[in-house]
Amino acid sequence: MTPSPAPAPAAAHPRAPKIVVEGLSKRFQARGGPVDALQDIDLVIPNGQFCCVVGPSGCGKTTLLRILAGLEEHTGGRLEMVHADPRRPLTSMVFQEQSIFPWMTVLDNVAYGPRMRGIPDRRSRDQVDYYIDKVGLSQFRRAYPHQLSGGMKQRVSVARAFANAPEILLMDEPFAALDEQNKSLLQEELLRIWEESRNTVLFITHSIDEALILGDRVLVMTARPGTLKADIPIPFERPRQAYELRSTPAFGELSFAVWSQLRDEVMRARAAEGVAP
Amino acid sequence: MSTSYRETPSLAHGGRGDERPHSRHDGGWAAGDSRSLVRAQTSSGHARRPLLSRQAAERIVTLLAPLFLLLLWEALVQARLLDRRFFPAPSSIVGTFVSLAQTSLAGHIGISLSRAAIGFLIGAVPAILLGVVMGLVPLVRAALQPIVGALFAIPKVAILPLIMLIFGLGEQSKWAIIAIAVFFQVLISTAAGVANIDRIYLDVGRNFGAGRLATFWTIALPGALPLIFAGIRLGWGVSLLLLVTAEMVAAKSGLGYLIWQSWQTFTIEEMYVGLVTIAVLGMLSFWLLDLLEAWLIPWKRSQ
Repeated sequence: MTPSPAPAPAAAHPRAPKIVVEGLSKRFQARGGPVDALQDIDLVIPNGQFCCVVGPSGCGKTTLLRILAGLEEHTGGRLEMVHADPRRPLTSMVFQEQSIFPWMTVLDNVAYGPRMRGIPDRRSRDQVDYYIDKVGLSQFRRAYPHQLSGGMKQRVSVARAFANAPEILLMDEPFAALDEQNKSLLQEELLRIWEESRNTVLFITHSIDEALILGDRVLVMTARPGTLKADIPIPFERPRQAYELRSTPAFGELSFAVWSQLRDEVMRARAAEGVAP
Repeated sequence: MSTSYRETPSLAHGGRGDERPHSRHDGGWAAGDSRSLVRAQTSSGHARRPLLSRQAAERIVTLLAPLFLLLLWEALVQARLLDRRFFPAPSSIVGTFVSLAQTSLAGHIGISLSRAAIGFLIGAVPAILLGVVMGLVPLVRAALQPIVGALFAIPKVAILPLIMLIFGLGEQSKWAIIAIAVFFQVLISTAAGVANIDRIYLDVGRNFGAGRLATFWTIALPGALPLIFAGIRLGWGVSLLLLVTAEMVAAKSGLGYLIWQSWQTFTIEEMYVGLVTIAVLGMLSFWLLDLLEAWLIPWKRSQ
């Protein structure tokens, strides 16, 4: 099995590389012996690209993201992220599970990044307010998370990441736990917000639909140990209208193309789960 | 290391229960009582709707029940069915209370409260700091856990003689014994609270570049606060207990002394005044702790 070559997308997006990953691997020491979560990943993500990753559950997508976020160490290969502006943080992550602090108001949660970087509130206030407004929570600035719905909490999480103005946004299935309507709304909001800032994004999802709506490119990962299996560019124009996009024949064709790559891996992951003790 | 909200000492039960009849400890039978009261009214046929709402009925029952008990007590003593040497009539206790209130009672209350408060602070503040460190740093936890576990198991009353030996018979020994008891109680709750903080919040802190100090102030401390507060509640209960014990053993003032001395001089009414005063102080202090908790932990407030 050969990982997909990196040059192809680099040619499609002639922008400077932002994330360069070469032969990256991650081995966990588990009780039953070492487990390879990631193996030999080669990947170049150009500056400003919205890159989506799909793969079967347990394939190490989240591990890849956590390594990029600095929450985990890789055990092999090379990882380089270009930190262009020292005044901005390199990465901010939006987590899959409930991750906004229950003991902080919406405002304090969104202002967390700038505060941790030592920026006085009066200087970050506009930015913080802007993103709270962007995700439609202006009336809930003083509310605590337990007063918010699941969708609103994830909006806070998205606003918190954007308000930190990172060069790279790492999103780990941020909408996976939401119902269909909320998910569609948040996808549209995310697209609108991102169109303005155009940070580099690595977005993990298990939904092909979501990947095609949001991304410039879809990477398909194999079952564990995770490697890159396919690299599919998404040619749709921006700004995008999700509901229009879904009705085009090209969307269906791409969806099929991604699924045909992903299907075998999902089957393999299922089989592995069934065999495992 | 497990600390739960339910393991409140008896004093906490009494204090909170008396004052908040709807709390889960005794809500069961109170609700049952009032329901039958309401049902009796509706079934009598005079009114379609109950005259009282369920809450109002509950409240009235809550107020009337202890009053009824006091009246029964008074009646039994007046009828000489209760031995007034051991159970003096409530009316005579009130009389003693009034006369004591004009002389020494305030002094006893003041000195007792100051002993409990000072000892409590000396114990609780370092316990919170060390508990957070224990919760955050596995190595520190590994080193201290067995020691703390062993020392916590000693009933604190048992070391009172040792404490008096070391600190003498003055105020210091009272502060010390209370501080020691509170320290372990709060330490264990705090360490458990911090260790049980969802990992994801620490991940967020790391990803957003929170340093050690910021992690302490913005994640570890607030995240553990609900459990820290459970420890504070338990610790305060223990301090009242040890306060009275220490004052009985070696003191010339305080509510514990008042109770002990009235045993020695067989002034039973004064003993009851001491008991009632401690009960009321316990209730009031737990009520104040409730207020403090609501103020400190606004995100726990029910929606």
